[in-house]
Amino acid sequence: MTMLTDRQQLSYIAAQAADARVNLELETEGMTLNIGPQHPATHGTLRIIARLDGEQVVWAEPSCGYMHRGYEKLTEVRTFPQVTALINRIDWLGSFANEVPFILAAEKLMGIEAPARAQHIRTILFELSRIANVSLFLGDLGVQLGAITPVFMAFRDREYVLNLIEGATGGRFHPNFDRIGGLKDDLPAGWIDETRSVMKKLRNFCDEIENLLFGNEIFQSRTRGIGVIPRDVAMQYGLSGANLRASGVDWDLRRDQSLPMAWNKVDWKVWTHNDGDSFARCWVRLQEVRESTKIVDQLIETIPAGPVMTKVPRIIKVPEGEAWVATENPLGEMGYYVVSKGDLGPFRVKIRSASFNNMSITPWLLKGVYVPDIITILASLYFILGDIDR
Amino acid sequence: MSTMSVLAVDLPYWAQSLLRVLGGLVAVLLPAGTIVYVFLFKMMSFMQSRLGPMEAGPFGSMQLFAEVGKWLQKEDIYPERADKFIFKLAPLIVLASTFLLVAVVPFGPDAWFTNFEAGIFYALAVSSVSVLGILIAGWASANKYSLLGGLRAAGQLIAYELPMILAVIGVVIQAGSMNLQDIVLAQNTGSMFGWDGLGNPYVLTQFVGFVVFMIAVQAELTQAPFDMPIAESELVSGYMTEYSGFRFLIFFIGEFATAGVFAMIASILFLGGWGVPFAWFGWSDIDSIDNWMNIVGPLILFTKMMLVVFVIMWVRFSYPRFREDQLQRFAWKVLIPISLVNIMVTAILKVAF
Repeated sequence: MTMLTDRQQLSYIAAQAADARVNLELETEGMTLNIGPQHPATHGTLRIIARLDGEQVVWAEPSCGYMHRGYEKLTEVRTFPQVTALINRIDWLGSFANEVPFILAAEKLMGIEAPARAQHIRTILFELSRIANVSLFLGDLGVQLGAITPVFMAFRDREYVLNLIEGATGGRFHPNFDRIGGLKDDLPAGWIDETRSVMKKLRNFCDEIENLLFGNEIFQSRTRGIGVIPRDVAMQYGLSGANLRASGVDWDLRRDQSLPMAWNKVDWKVWTHNDGDSFARCWVRLQEVRESTKIVDQLIETIPAGPVMTKVPRIIKVPEGEAWVATENPLGEMGYYVVSKGDLGPFRVKIRSASFNNMSITPWLLKGVYVPDIITILASLYFILGDIDR
Repeated sequence: MSTMSVLAVDLPYWAQSLLRVLGGLVAVLLPAGTIVYVFLFKMMSFMQSRLGPMEAGPFGSMQLFAEVGKWLQKEDIYPERADKFIFKLAPLIVLASTFLLVAVVPFGPDAWFTNFEAGIFYALAVSSVSVLGILIAGWASANKYSLLGGLRAAGQLIAYELPMILAVIGVVIQAGSMNLQDIVLAQNTGSMFGWDGLGNPYVLTQFVGFVVFMIAVQAELTQAPFDMPIAESELVSGYMTEYSGFRFLIFFIGEFATAGVFAMIASILFLGGWGVPFAWFGWSDIDSIDNWMNIVGPLILFTKMMLVVFVIMWVRFSYPRFREDQLQRFAWKVLIPISLVNIMVTAILKVAF
């Protein structure tokens, strides 16, 4: 047993006494519920410490770090091309999207740009990983709410997308395909036709999910008006991605910044929702999958000819400097601040992952809700644990 | 009618008792096993684009036995701070309530366990015994999730007893009896506007009561959308969290056996039970029924039970879960007023005709 100082002991006793009288009117006894680290709803090892009065949450706090793998430090002992294999594992459902901002930052430091064909294919794979990621979210949403069927549909249709990613890159989950100056390989033959048919299937999947879940009255009563994040609060807490757009902020890094990617060459729409509740977040994500299929559909028709790799030296040394590149990843804004001292590897990499910031709002959001709503709110905020504990 | 004379043989008392015990086991375990295989394994897989079990036996039909074998092998774990006696007692109470329920179910003109005058009253009363088992399971587990699950179950099952009883009252008024056998006879000897080709199944006249009853059964069985006491994604497994091995198996059997028995009661109350419309064979009352109905009757009841369970499982596999307070609101503000109006209308029509 660890020894406590007097001061700690006193504050502990005071906290216990305060906990015991949570509800002063009914004189009920409170209960601390640890949701996680081992819990079916936490997608891994997130821990939510919730102080309950009956089934109502008095306060709740996320406790992260159970799966911290120290990627920021590990990048410092890797060369630049090796880093992509690591950062693939941050958001493991949309792996390719993790590689892109880092590679773009490295390219920015080196002053090179990938050829147009590579930019196009990068964008296609980026959107495919978004589809793979968010379509699993749509299925998982059902499980969190107690409907078991949607998740199997999601796994079924996500498999088509993973097959596409595997066909192009060789890896289903962790492609490690993006290179400084371009891509590892060109697309295989017949891939584009396959993609076209898969995008049709994915749009059908979106319609199915919309009918099965979003149109369901129980689903609506469980999500509408639950976990409302007003516009100002969303911006103050630094939310990003669909969580921010669902609060009515029209902000999408794919459209709002100019990167050497192909998003500005096609016609698509950024969906927002004014409600800011759990339903809005889920709905915005559903529309995002639809938009992504449209982006992919248009891009595969217009892939320019040419090489997929510019000339880069065999041993890549990135010149001294600092660069920040962020992209709109499936979970939200993901950025890398890369500091190079002119060596083979980065001197320091700061990873800004979306889920970590999105989770920071939970203490504010979970106050006063019921235990089942914790699960809906966590599901609709959509975090991936690897993205929280990098 | 009071002595058991299946197949026109008069049996001694000990043989009757033995037959009843065996019959009770069959009547509880056979529907449970069939429901688990047909619906939980196969129909669920079909709905979710999966194959389901395929390896054990033809079409995976032996999978059930493999699962039972697996559970029997597992270590019997109980939490250190659990109240051991109560912890071990809880699953037995849940299963016992199922056996008590099946005691009043008539399977044929002579094939029953007891002919109980207040049959449906008794059935609704003993079905609540399972709440006790669930509540003490939740409490004795010394686990916060279990406690929440147990308390949720208590709140939910008490809220849903009332609409269930009120829905049944409509049937009782129409049949003029609480004896389940009489309710079956009243449906099958009845006629609709002078036409007796279908009898008078109460699902037609008591449709509102049927819907309310089925919703209440869904809640009573803690199947989705009312599975808050178990709620895998919220409470891990609710009151079952700490149970393993054989004790979990008993909970599991209890869940599906109760589903079967409640489906039987629903088909007796609303779908005509074991009987066929008596006009088909020119029967007039229970004494004139041919003896082969004692064999065919259980099969008819079983078929109707499977139809009702199909609906229960269909809803279970496709709906998300309510929240606890929404469920209470639904029970008290929607179902109970509807069933009260139903009783009133039924009573007025009963007096009028």
